[in-house]
Amino acid sequence: MIKSEITVLIADDDPDYLYQMVRGLEAAGYSTIAVDSQAEAEKVMAKVKPDIAVFDLMMENDDSGFILCYKLKRRYPDVPVILATAVSHETGMSFGLSSEQERAWIRADRYLEKGIRPAQLDQEIMKLLKL
Amino acid sequence: MAVLKILVVDDEPGIRSGVTRILKNFHVTYPFMEEDYTFEVLEAATGEEGIEILEREMPDIMLLDNKLPGIQGVEVLEYVKRKNYEIVVAMITSYASIDVAIRATRYGATDFIPKPFTPQELKSSIENITKQQYLRRITHRLKEEGKKVRFQFLSVLSHELKAPLNAIEGYLRMMQEKQSGEMIDDYAIPIDRSLQRIQGMRNLIMDLLDFTKIRLDRREEKMKDVDLREIASNAIVTVQPYAIQKDITINLTVNCNSLVTADPDDMEIIFNNMLSNSVKYNVEKGFVDITINGCDETISVVFTDTGIGIKESDIDTLFDEFVRIKNERTKDITGSGLGLSIVKKVVELYNGSISVESTPDIGSTFTVRLPRLMIKPDNKK
Repeated sequence: MIKSEITVLIADDDPDYLYQMVRGLEAAGYSTIAVDSQAEAEKVMAKVKPDIAVFDLMMENDDSGFILCYKLKRRYPDVPVILATAVSHETGMSFGLSSEQERAWIRADRYLEKGIRPAQLDQEIMKLLKL
Repeated sequence: MAVLKILVVDDEPGIRSGVTRILKNFHVTYPFMEEDYTFEVLEAATGEEGIEILEREMPDIMLLDNKLPGIQGVEVLEYVKRKNYEIVVAMITSYASIDVAIRATRYGATDFIPKPFTPQELKSSIENITKQQYLRRITHRLKEEGKKVRFQFLSVLSHELKAPLNAIEGYLRMMQEKQSGEMIDDYAIPIDRSLQRIQGMRNLIMDLLDFTKIRLDRREEKMKDVDLREIASNAIVTVQPYAIQKDITINLTVNCNSLVTADPDDMEIIFNNMLSNSVKYNVEKGFVDITINGCDETISVVFTDTGIGIKESDIDTLFDEFVRIKNERTKDITGSGLGLSIVKKVVELYNGSISVESTPDIGSTFTVRLPRLMIKPDNKK
């Protein structure tokens, strides 16, 4: 699989973060579908099967990212998901994917703190897709 | 049913077993308590033994004899005070000694039980102490909750402040790494967006300043006669540039005497925030009507806009801190999420109220009601 054939679905309601991630991923060679809401992401998911998805946690709902993870996995169990959020550090709300219990209800393959650079995201995607 | 541990420190075995017997089936209940209290009695014959049990069992109440074989009761009290234990202490005294009473009170004893005591005397003392202990705990808990609310506010705030910094940092890195090309024109979007995020952050900081202002106590000397017509006119001038951009018409109608007694800064906060929302969430070529009504004790200011409106399900949280209604129509509107929470706090400070009626795609009407004589309650007499 070569990068230009890989479609990354990326959903984030921060237009700047979305813009930067898309630019970074495209510079790294991926094809991207960018959406700025949970609703849009669901519409895309109904039509297109991405190769990997990156979801922001809090969009129009506080748990948009969780819902998207769940829906994506139900439709396409083999598509890896990265959940990216800035929420955990500042709010003291901490969750990860280290315990069996957490993995059972957060249906993401990787959980990332927001503010990561596009190059790091590229690394994570390559790891998950075993490139 | 909750159990309070009572430690009896007395060298007379009869007193100790008496307390145990009397309190065995005793329970305390008050209408304001969430549950009944029963008691478990622990016994110590000396002050030293008492301290040992204190350390181990963390009792809630201590009944303490002053005359003990080793260290004295007052010394046990000193120990408790030094360690800052949350415990209510009652002295059991066989004779009225003013000297001991004073020292004991100074070290935190709150009650005295005369010796010998009847079961009824002991019970009524314990009842009192239980009430005290209960109230102390409630106060403690409320203080903790206050701290928690402040902590949450600060953590959300730091998130709101970090988001624009992250965005701007990301754009600067794009430029540093020349991701979009060699020419400065290749970075028109990053530059434009960075400037917008900086503006957003500046607005947030301004709102925060308003926020800290209202948290301070009202200063009586700042209260004066204020003409809301004037405040409204100034607010209109302030938002005019934004209104012109969107071709929005603002009308002011004053139907009665618009004089109130208030801190003019507070009235400005109300009008500026309400009016800027009416413009921000309006449509192109829309209208904003400010109407000042009410000629008796209550004055009402009605802000009506022809904007995007608010869904009924969103109204509940609308006045909360950092709440911004996220949907397709609000995503390009910047805001700190503090404006309405600030307005609500200010209005409530004056014993006023704010309410909203809204229909999506038709518009919203916010009504602010204020007592005309906005004097602090303690000055009313």
